[in-house]
Amino acid sequence: MSILVDDETRVVVQGITGGEGKFHTGQMMEYGTNVVAGAVPGRGGQEVEGVPVYDTVSEAAREEDANASVVFVPPAFAGDAMFEALDSPVDLVVAITEGVPQQDMAKVYRRLGETDTYLVGPNCPGLITPGAAKLGILPGNIFSAGDVGLVSRSGTLTYQVVDSLTKRGIGQTTAVGIGGDPIIGTDFVDALELFENDPDTKAVVMCGEIGGEDEEEAADYIREYMDTPVAGFIAGRTAPPGKRMGHAGAIVSGSGTGTAESKIQALNDAGVPVGDTPEQVADAVEDFI
Amino acid sequence: MKLHEYQAKGVFADAGVPTPKSGLASTVEEAVAAADEVGYPCAVKAQVQVGGRGKAGGIELVDSEEELREAAERIIGMDLKGLHVDRVLIEEAVDFVDELYVGVTMDRGEGKPVVMVSTEGGVDIEEVAEQTPEAIAREHVDPAFGLHPYQARRAVFSAGVDRDVATDVARVLTTLYSLWDDKDGTDAEINPLMITSDREVVAADAVMNVDDDALFRHADLQQMEQEGDVGGDELEQKADEYGFDYVRLSGNVGIIGNGAGLVMTTLDLVDYYGGAPANFLDIGGGAKAERVTNALDMVFSDENVDSVVFNIFGGITRGDEVAKGINEALESFDEIPKPVVVRLAGTNAEEGMEILNTDLVTVEATLESAVQRAVEYAEGEQ
Repeated sequence: MSILVDDETRVVVQGITGGEGKFHTGQMMEYGTNVVAGAVPGRGGQEVEGVPVYDTVSEAAREEDANASVVFVPPAFAGDAMFEALDSPVDLVVAITEGVPQQDMAKVYRRLGETDTYLVGPNCPGLITPGAAKLGILPGNIFSAGDVGLVSRSGTLTYQVVDSLTKRGIGQTTAVGIGGDPIIGTDFVDALELFENDPDTKAVVMCGEIGGEDEEEAADYIREYMDTPVAGFIAGRTAPPGKRMGHAGAIVSGSGTGTAESKIQALNDAGVPVGDTPEQVADAVEDFI
Repeated sequence: MKLHEYQAKGVFADAGVPTPKSGLASTVEEAVAAADEVGYPCAVKAQVQVGGRGKAGGIELVDSEEELREAAERIIGMDLKGLHVDRVLIEEAVDFVDELYVGVTMDRGEGKPVVMVSTEGGVDIEEVAEQTPEAIAREHVDPAFGLHPYQARRAVFSAGVDRDVATDVARVLTTLYSLWDDKDGTDAEINPLMITSDREVVAADAVMNVDDDALFRHADLQQMEQEGDVGGDELEQKADEYGFDYVRLSGNVGIIGNGAGLVMTTLDLVDYYGGAPANFLDIGGGAKAERVTNALDMVFSDENVDSVVFNIFGGITRGDEVAKGINEALESFDEIPKPVVVRLAGTNAEEGMEILNTDLVTVEATLESAVQRAVEYAEGEQ
């Protein structure tokens, strides 16, 4: 078992003819992901990596039974691409694109609320169920199948933690990179709920960072509803207020909301051990299982 | 992107928000000429993007040309909280009886815009929000419809704004929302929005911050960014040219890495092991020699830096390719000015570590040991 993706997932890649789209379609297929179609307006009838391209997502979904989309469309058009995927419809949209205008995302988020679709991202590495499928740009070779769920706002930090876990022989059910933007689809609470309901996930790692209040809300959720043990990590303890630390969402506001201290405190209060180093997170997981 | 006060006021005035008469000046003579247009008494306001300008001596109210000259002389060229003042706004003094606050921002938790009104304007609104949150009336906006006129009225009435000016204040709020929406704003606010003794509303200050990711569709704002771009941290400007996410900090351990979360974590570990990070630098995906060279150049040119930790997690990019890039970059320097500790992880990391030229760098196997080594080097240098 896993969450969101498995070997039944049939993927349409939006922007498959672009450099990134083409490269990662190849990588996803090499990993074993069932990429069944591409969608690029005006490119219908072509093939990329042996995959048929359609002009619209709805046509791709209809003709090839695609139930998930991965978006590699440039930021100016990514909002529209997400709307197209939501309206096609598919069950899961994974938006890799970085730099989507915030107001475009507010509109997408509003539409998302009217659907049953899960949106992961934008500005995220995607997600992977080791051994079954990866949707996005994560390096498949560092993951291994197992019973730990992982949810993170940051790509390379996820890899760092997974690397520690894999080296200790601890595999993963699914790893989800939810993205570093202020407005994202699937948040910590959504992912934690999915892991809690997945019988194969025996422990969860959540890697948060400064900015916003998603980690605090996750802490409330964990305290109220979760039996599965969770270990945490929060990046950005040393970040000064008012400075955007790479991710658009990683910023401590002038009034002091979104600090690492507040998040660590909230998680500790919910019984979640928070590592000072990534290795300590792996230690905590090892204790759980 | 943050608009300067004078730019934001220009944008607001064009949209029909009443603003005081004003003129921009970069010399004392220009200030005098502007004041002749505006009339006395008037305010001399430093055009730098930092809060608390008044308390720091960047705003002065003057009654005569003599006073104006003195104030302009003092303020133009002054150093205000680390920023050089190149320009002042000469602005008509407003005879006010009340100060309100109106603002628009994105509530990231809700994923929706929110408009705010308060009768406690003129002070730090974040303080009001913390101490007396009930003093701020809020309305969330459905981005599919925009701000309904009734919502603007409801916010104004529930904030307790006097009935005789309520319609005018609601109109300002509606205009502010439209501007925020049209210009891809992240924050727009007027604090204070003054009520004059004649019961007129006037925007005495103006804040407009715009989403950098949306600048591509606003030629007018790009133009303003160029005009307003004076001063600022030299290294941060250089980072812009190189296309790095960079934030300068005050410590002496330089940090280069890939991915925002991992770079932040590296900063935190430097602190955890007793050091102090000098910067945040995310070189992004891949690690071609040119990008590595540029990143090292940036960090080396920060005179505070005593050692550098270079932490790359190779994902799709292979560790051996990264190592080649690092070697090539370091070989292009005649002399490595500060000790560099490198740690590679992920795809082909072991091959990469073997390739690295250990005459030029110290190689460490784990993130923790790499950071500890860099902290030791930094302490040794002091």
